[in-house]
Amino acid sequence: MTVLAMASRGAPKAAEPPAASLKGVTRHYRFPGGAKTLHALGPIDLDLRQGEFFSVVGPSGCGKSTLLDVLAGLNPPSEGTASFEGKPITGVPDGIGVVFQEDASFPWLTVEANVAFGLKRAGIDQAEIDRRVDYAVGFMGLRDFRQSYPAQLSGGMRQRVCIARTLVLQPRLILLDEPFGALDQQTRLIMGDELLRLWRETRATVLLITHSLDEAAMLADRVGVMSARPGLFIDVIETGWPSDRDSRIVADPRFGEMTGRIWEKLRTETMKHMQTQGAGPR
Amino acid sequence: MRYRALVTLAVVLACVLALELACALGWVARTVIIPPSEMVGSLRDILWSGEFNRAIALTLTNVMISVVISIAAGFVLGVAIHASDFLRRAVEPYLASYYAVPTFIFYPVFIVLFGVNSAAIIAIAVLLSIVAMITATMNGLDRIPTVLLRTAKIMRLSPVKTALMIQLPAAAPYFFTGARLSVAYSFIGVIASEFILSGDGLGYAIAYAYNNFENRQMYGLMLLIVIAVTLVNMTLDRLDRRLQSRLRR
Repeated sequence: MTVLAMASRGAPKAAEPPAASLKGVTRHYRFPGGAKTLHALGPIDLDLRQGEFFSVVGPSGCGKSTLLDVLAGLNPPSEGTASFEGKPITGVPDGIGVVFQEDASFPWLTVEANVAFGLKRAGIDQAEIDRRVDYAVGFMGLRDFRQSYPAQLSGGMRQRVCIARTLVLQPRLILLDEPFGALDQQTRLIMGDELLRLWRETRATVLLITHSLDEAAMLADRVGVMSARPGLFIDVIETGWPSDRDSRIVADPRFGEMTGRIWEKLRTETMKHMQTQGAGPR
Repeated sequence: MRYRALVTLAVVLACVLALELACALGWVARTVIIPPSEMVGSLRDILWSGEFNRAIALTLTNVMISVVISIAAGFVLGVAIHASDFLRRAVEPYLASYYAVPTFIFYPVFIVLFGVNSAAIIAIAVLLSIVAMITATMNGLDRIPTVLLRTAKIMRLSPVKTALMIQLPAAAPYFFTGARLSVAYSFIGVIASEFILSGDGLGYAIAYAYNNFENRQMYGLMLLIVIAVTLVNMTLDRLDRRLQSRLRR
């Protein structure tokens, strides 16, 4: 077991208690200065299985990021309950890590100091910090850039810094909000491979929010397809991929069938979204 | 970068040589302007004689005090205004149009309040420079990427730790720009105030030389101020560029 890994849980099993759970979760936003509210999400019921990789796809503005915020404890649900490891989520729980779409690296710190930031705040002793940072920096292919500042790195490398900073804290639930959104297709595939390697190594539960059907289909054990706003899960599809998969799976004929199946569900919802935006097909 | 610096230096040297030539050929009267070579000679005499050491020390002290007050108070006020929407809505229009008001019109008020001394001069310099720091602080705090604050929440940092470990370093380049402007405005405020309401300092020394037709001394003192301010500004500019390039996202 590596310094990044938690206690091994073996393959995900549906019978185990869920890593995180949403029961009847909704989210409404109040418009500033008015009584009107926007129904952004739900009601949603979802159990994330221990150690599974779960992807969420849905039309723009369907509440995917709101869903992530509720699980991260950044945004409380308007109704319903969210829980992590059986405990209700009130504020950011211990054991959750988040990687955002935007570059969240700290530009005033070197790569090494960025990765060590959370560990130092947690009061972990220096030898352990060095050990974990050394492993994470190597794992994410940043060994030659330890003393570089984020401004000296590419967008993909900065995102790797953020992932490394999250995983050294050994989160049991990793939430990823379109982490590769700003990257080109080739880099996305490679980063996807790295993410799968990381997931296999840590056995953490992963929830990935993405716009890319290929990414969702390639990476996940299950893909949750959300409706247009207010976001609901209209289907949850089991991919059935082996856990040692990587990006070469895109050449498998079953991969095309899988993305086709996801798109079939999503197409109607995307058209609904475009029509509400006044950009639907004529 | 090196090429650009060389071009800048060449332009300055060309202007100096042109002025030297114009003076030597009698195109410009000595009563109007003296040749740059004589200005340098005068500057050397000023520095070696020590005659103006007291004035130089007084001016630099006043500038330093004004810089410290402007940066510290400007930062605190900027943070306070940024924290309160009500306060911000109330004062933002005034801050936006602040530099349209010629601050020096208030000098009689400060003479009444503080008398004819350094306090009145520092007060005018602070009045001139503090708003640059206030607006830079507010601007810096406005521009902290939301994702960094969300990251601080995920790392469960307390509000104090978030302020010290995330907001402060993230906004540092903007604070530095404000500090740099405060230094420049403090120099302007102090030296210009010494012209009109002081019996000491470099500004007063220039005014005295001007009133007594001591052109050589006047231009020597002016050269001293130009060199001092240019050196300070170049140093701050270099630090600013280094900070900006490191923190550019």
